[in-house]
Amino acid sequence: MTQQPCRQNIVSVQDLSKSYQRGAQTVPVLENITFEICEGEFLALMGPSGSGKSTLLNILAGIDKADSGTVTVGGVDISSLSETDLAQWRAVNVGFIFQFYNLMPVLTAYENVELPLLLTGLSRRERREHVETALAVVNLQDRMDHYPSQLSGGQQQRVAIARAVVTDPTILVADEPTGDLDRVSAEDVLGLMGRLNREFGKTIIMVTHDPRAAERAHLVRHLEKGVMSDSGR
Amino acid sequence: MAIPFSYSFRNLWTRRLTTVLTASGMALVVFVFAATLMLAAGLRKTLVETGSPDNVVVIRKASQSEVQSGVDRGQAAVIETQPEIAVGTDGRQLLAKEIVVLISLPKRGTDKPSNVVIRGVSVTSLALRPQVKLVEGHMPRPGSSEVIAGQSVAKRFKGGGIGETLRFGMRDWTVVGTFDAGTTGFSSEIWGDADQLMQAFRRPVYSSVIFRLRNRLEFPKVKERIEADPRLTVEAKRETQYYSDQSEMMATFLGIMGMTLTFIFSLGAVIGAMITMYAAVANRTAEIGTLRALGFRRRSIMIVFLLESLLLGLAGGLAGIFVSSFLQFLTISTVNWQTFSELAFSFTLTPDIIIQSLAFSLFMGLVGGVLPAFRAARMNIVEALRTS
Repeated sequence: MTQQPCRQNIVSVQDLSKSYQRGAQTVPVLENITFEICEGEFLALMGPSGSGKSTLLNILAGIDKADSGTVTVGGVDISSLSETDLAQWRAVNVGFIFQFYNLMPVLTAYENVELPLLLTGLSRRERREHVETALAVVNLQDRMDHYPSQLSGGQQQRVAIARAVVTDPTILVADEPTGDLDRVSAEDVLGLMGRLNREFGKTIIMVTHDPRAAERAHLVRHLEKGVMSDSGR
Repeated sequence: MAIPFSYSFRNLWTRRLTTVLTASGMALVVFVFAATLMLAAGLRKTLVETGSPDNVVVIRKASQSEVQSGVDRGQAAVIETQPEIAVGTDGRQLLAKEIVVLISLPKRGTDKPSNVVIRGVSVTSLALRPQVKLVEGHMPRPGSSEVIAGQSVAKRFKGGGIGETLRFGMRDWTVVGTFDAGTTGFSSEIWGDADQLMQAFRRPVYSSVIFRLRNRLEFPKVKERIEADPRLTVEAKRETQYYSDQSEMMATFLGIMGMTLTFIFSLGAVIGAMITMYAAVANRTAEIGTLRALGFRRRSIMIVFLLESLLLGLAGGLAGIFVSSFLQFLTISTVNWQTFSELAFSFTLTPDIIIQSLAFSLFMGLVGGVLPAFRAARMNIVEALRTS
């Protein structure tokens, strides 16, 4: 896998710490983490359960807050944003891919993909164009009127990926995207993510247990007990 | 832009059974609510339509109804001299001196006695009430023991049909005709010759004097003169006012009883809706987390669940109104305590009642949905996503 030299950092994390309160005890989850992610990077975060990798991903995606430290994504210091501003920021800048796809069961594939576009000022026609393009990228144009329950796991995850990219976000965050898929579907989804990274230059941050998934990434970082070991590849 | 309306609607559709059950609970409450209002409206309509705005009823001062009133012949003669009284085509004054007596007659089928109004009428009585029409037979001949019965009486009381005889006032009375008085209170009356009835009941006084005005605008003038006359101890009311006053106590009672019932029922329905909505929120925790992660605000989530709950209320409201509309085909009779007479009337659905019922059902939906919606909106995103 060829890797471009880093032209610009899209994510920069400074002295990030977070701990949970469990009864009277304070359990540290992340301790003084500092690292950067290049624009167009495909990064895999690995580590055992409880190592804090999901928490780190959530903080980068703006759905969780750190106790201290700063997180800058695409030039915006998201650690200082208010709840409402953060919601708006996520709508524009973050594409989510979840382990269990998290599609709305009562909405069709088309409507699921359209959902994040409802937060933009796009007209109905523009939204249609975007949704059709995104579904074409994941090769599911012919399934747009299907409900999630009528799709296989792999297909559902591809709809979720279309939903994640439809707003053309700054970063894509994926939490165990292949965790619920059989091997063929998993390969399919990983291939798709690789293509998004290569052809469309998407920056992807992926948390995974699966070594095969990690192989697709350009860079693998390991988290252990809240500390990042910069092993790389 | 908010989360599409179809999301709320389809979620209700997806859990059809729960939706139907919860909405049925609300429908029941709306039914009770609407039925009470319809009952009160029907009663009011019947009694108010009984009167005509051109007619004036004169009764003894401070007597609330004709039954309690007494106007002696001398006073009646004074009232007859008022110049505002209209004159009929035959040259006679449109004025009737009537007597109203309450008697108890057995009902058909059950033999259970119930009160009926016997009205002793003059020849002009029919002309004064255009809403009353003789449908069969003839008017009672003056000086005879003949009576005519309202259709409601003819149907429901023993001996009330044409050709049959009724016994009261120690005499047998032959029913020689039936009259149709529409939905007015006259349907529940028996009419006979006033003088004959006064003899039979040994009543030397009339109950009321009713007359038609030449011009309905002259009412205040005539009222003032009659009530100021030192020879008279009577009061004059417009007929419409007279009958609506009689419905007031019943309507108020029905209103209070209905509202009390509705209030108690509605507590159950609101709690039902709340449980349903809490369950919906709990089942969709991961969806809520996802929507929030995608960038939808707390307010949007709140609206989604409130909308769902309002839709639930609306469905219940529409169903309740639909079912209650069938009550219109039902005629019920009850004793009007103010006159102690039987009164037949039907449930009446008015546009006002529809609006009030719908507003009430939406209100129940809102109250039931607000706490669950609040919980949904306040969820922590990370924790919500973890439940998937």
